[in-house]
Amino acid sequence: MQIKPILSAMRQHKAGVILIALQIALTLAIVCNALFIIQQRLEHLSEPSGIDEANVFVISNQWASQSTDQETDAKIQADMAALRRLPSVRDASPSDSYPLRGSGWDDYIMLTPEQTEKTTDADVYLGDEHLLDALGIKLIAGRNFRVDEVGRIGSRQNMASPVVIVTKALADRLYPDGSALGKSFYEMSKTPSTIIGIVDRLQNQSVDTWKTAYAYQSVLRPLRQDNADGLYYIVRAKPGQLADAMREVPKALYAQNRMRILDPKDGELSFAEVRKRAYDTDRGMAVLMGIICVVLLAITAAGIVGLTSFWVGQRRRQIGVRRALGATRRDILDYFLTENFLISVGGLAVGLVIAFGINFWMIARFEMARLSLSYVLIGVVVLLLLGQFATLAPALRASRVSPVEATRSV
Amino acid sequence: MLTYYIELAVRNLKRSPGLTLLMVLTIGFGVAASMTTYSVFRAVSGDPIPWKSSQLFVPQIDMWGPTGRGADGEPPDAMDYADAMKLMRDHRAKLQSAMYQISPSIVPADAGKHPVNTSGHAVSSEFFPMLDVPFLYGNGWSADDDAQRAAVVVISSKLNQKLFRGANSVGKTIDIEGKDYRVVGVLNDWNPQPRFYDVVNSGGFSTGLDDVFLPFDRAISLGMANDGNTNCNEIPKESGFVGLQRSSCVWIAFMAELDDAASAAAYRQYLDGYAHQQQQSGRFAWAPNNRLRNLPDWLDSEHVVPSDTKVSLLVALGLLMVCLVNTAGLLLAKFLRRSSEIGVRRALGAQRNSIYAQFLTEAGMVGMAGGVLGLLLTGLGVLSVGWVLPKEIATLARVDFVLLALTLVIAILATLLAGLYPTFRASRVQPAWQLKSN
Repeated sequence: MQIKPILSAMRQHKAGVILIALQIALTLAIVCNALFIIQQRLEHLSEPSGIDEANVFVISNQWASQSTDQETDAKIQADMAALRRLPSVRDASPSDSYPLRGSGWDDYIMLTPEQTEKTTDADVYLGDEHLLDALGIKLIAGRNFRVDEVGRIGSRQNMASPVVIVTKALADRLYPDGSALGKSFYEMSKTPSTIIGIVDRLQNQSVDTWKTAYAYQSVLRPLRQDNADGLYYIVRAKPGQLADAMREVPKALYAQNRMRILDPKDGELSFAEVRKRAYDTDRGMAVLMGIICVVLLAITAAGIVGLTSFWVGQRRRQIGVRRALGATRRDILDYFLTENFLISVGGLAVGLVIAFGINFWMIARFEMARLSLSYVLIGVVVLLLLGQFATLAPALRASRVSPVEATRSV
Repeated sequence: MLTYYIELAVRNLKRSPGLTLLMVLTIGFGVAASMTTYSVFRAVSGDPIPWKSSQLFVPQIDMWGPTGRGADGEPPDAMDYADAMKLMRDHRAKLQSAMYQISPSIVPADAGKHPVNTSGHAVSSEFFPMLDVPFLYGNGWSADDDAQRAAVVVISSKLNQKLFRGANSVGKTIDIEGKDYRVVGVLNDWNPQPRFYDVVNSGGFSTGLDDVFLPFDRAISLGMANDGNTNCNEIPKESGFVGLQRSSCVWIAFMAELDDAASAAAYRQYLDGYAHQQQQSGRFAWAPNNRLRNLPDWLDSEHVVPSDTKVSLLVALGLLMVCLVNTAGLLLAKFLRRSSEIGVRRALGAQRNSIYAQFLTEAGMVGMAGGVLGLLLTGLGVLSVGWVLPKEIATLARVDFVLLALTLVIAILATLLAGLYPTFRASRVQPAWQLKSN
């Protein structure tokens, strides 16, 4: 294929060529950044929580009557007994929070009591000896809490837990050599907490960007939160009985004690709902970027079809002459496809620069990650193919121009 | 003359319906995408109290020192109890209020009903006049009520609807956390977005309204715990809510009204004087590092506008730009295809200006059609924005006259802009050359 005549023909309609190339450049820049955002969001929202999501649900329980801490604790224990008796419930535990709640309690973790700078940060989960089973998380080393280790914590009470269970992520952060079991750390306190167990995986209470550095780092403490503010009940239904359990649990709780508040809207959430809420923005952003990509590609394709059609119409006579001089249909088809290919390559080269430019700017401005090369490559391939397909119809029409056109005046 | 150009334009547009439709669709989609994301951006970046925002200030005091500062050297964005109370007592602002978030339960008089949980704020009496809070019935409480820790409450119209079926409930009593409170005021619909008086806790936007407002000192004396964020640089020495009050943990929002630059400067000086005094007394081991921002600057420093919203707007503007380039290309094709017609017109005496007028009219008509399509799509877009954005933000986006007018104007201007170069090229057509080649 001869490129030279194509290039010199392009010089005859510079403006159109520049416009198409510019459009391809901008489209590439936007599409690969958008694809990259989509991929990041999808990756974020498919991070595993580590818990038995299909069967877990959460009750947000608030007390409506004043009572002492001891009375509250008795109420919690009675609730737990009632819940664990339900035929559809496998296990339940009181807690201060649950994974993906959106916000929660996190503490600085230090390795020595004198430290003023934190070693790292971890989310705090409270619960009794049923917490692991209620969440459905796997103990990979050490042991669970014993009943006699479970204590009470009042409102804003400051106390260290002598024994704790940590997630593997936290264990590895504190003791990278894998020797965490039996060792201790300091959780904003001068009293050490000893690691008696390590669980496989448990996601944080918030999945905000600032938490990324502390992802999956949590401390589980054997405590019931018996203050007046209320607390969460993490309930795990028996397999396949989630709906039954979610129907029975509020009834059982109200039967136990009427002076409580289970918000009709948010008082009881299945974990599927929790997950949906936690990643609402991420999913939305991915969908929005997807829509924009599709619209953008459609518009660019339409633009290419439009301008190529115009060029074909403009050059009918020249095509006729070429055909009369022996060019095959295939030659004409190739001519337009090559022309589009050359314009696309030019546009894509400019687009690459813009794409990385936008990405660098977004990194500085919006804490975005570095654009990975594969997304740029996907963008390049998609746009090259798009250009070729968009050119195909007008180019086929061009190839059907009869040599007779050469003798006709326009 | 214009009608003639319009007639010509319509005739020409009809001659190549495919190309025309393509341009209209391009403009329509481009404008609609931009305007939909803009409507969201506009909703979240709006000034919640435009007539007063430059007089409302949020002071920040650096009570944690270098170890507690953000990466940018910022002091904490809330206050501890001691500092907030000191500012309240000194009262150097025209109006001021310390605030903290509460979530008391309300027990309905009807024993058959479950208690309900509410959200609200403990504030001072000056909160209401300072923020120009609108009342449906009654008023805020007095400074005397503040001092006496009176059992008074201001409730939202929504709660008033629920408890009193919307009747004037001023003087009536409600049971909050087991104590009787006298209703002194019922708010008119008041749902400022962002929830500017306590951005730290609302994160800027929230669908839930504050239902109750209680006197700050009363809530403290009853030990009504803080339901909002609490941030600590070190563990409080004592437990409980009282321990929190004696700690350096921050959990209180503060706002002050300072009417002119002089009083703002004086207040700044006062804050620095206070921090300096704390340094001398040994509580702070560092030089004063305070901030006093007016409301717009404060909202900006708290990053109230979600970065997702900004990114979407930028991407949509990028889309609009591609649409412009696309339209320019299509118009170029369309106009140059008529070179011979232009040649004839020019040969018959038409001025370059007339060619300009004719083709820009045509571009303008494409823009108008694209704008109308854009209007429909923007309407659809704003309606369905809840599908992709979190509801506390999506519900804020709305279609109004300004948005519709802007959609149309942008569509027409964009198309005219896109049409400039093609029109220029068309006006340069050499009549002699065109006629000869025929």
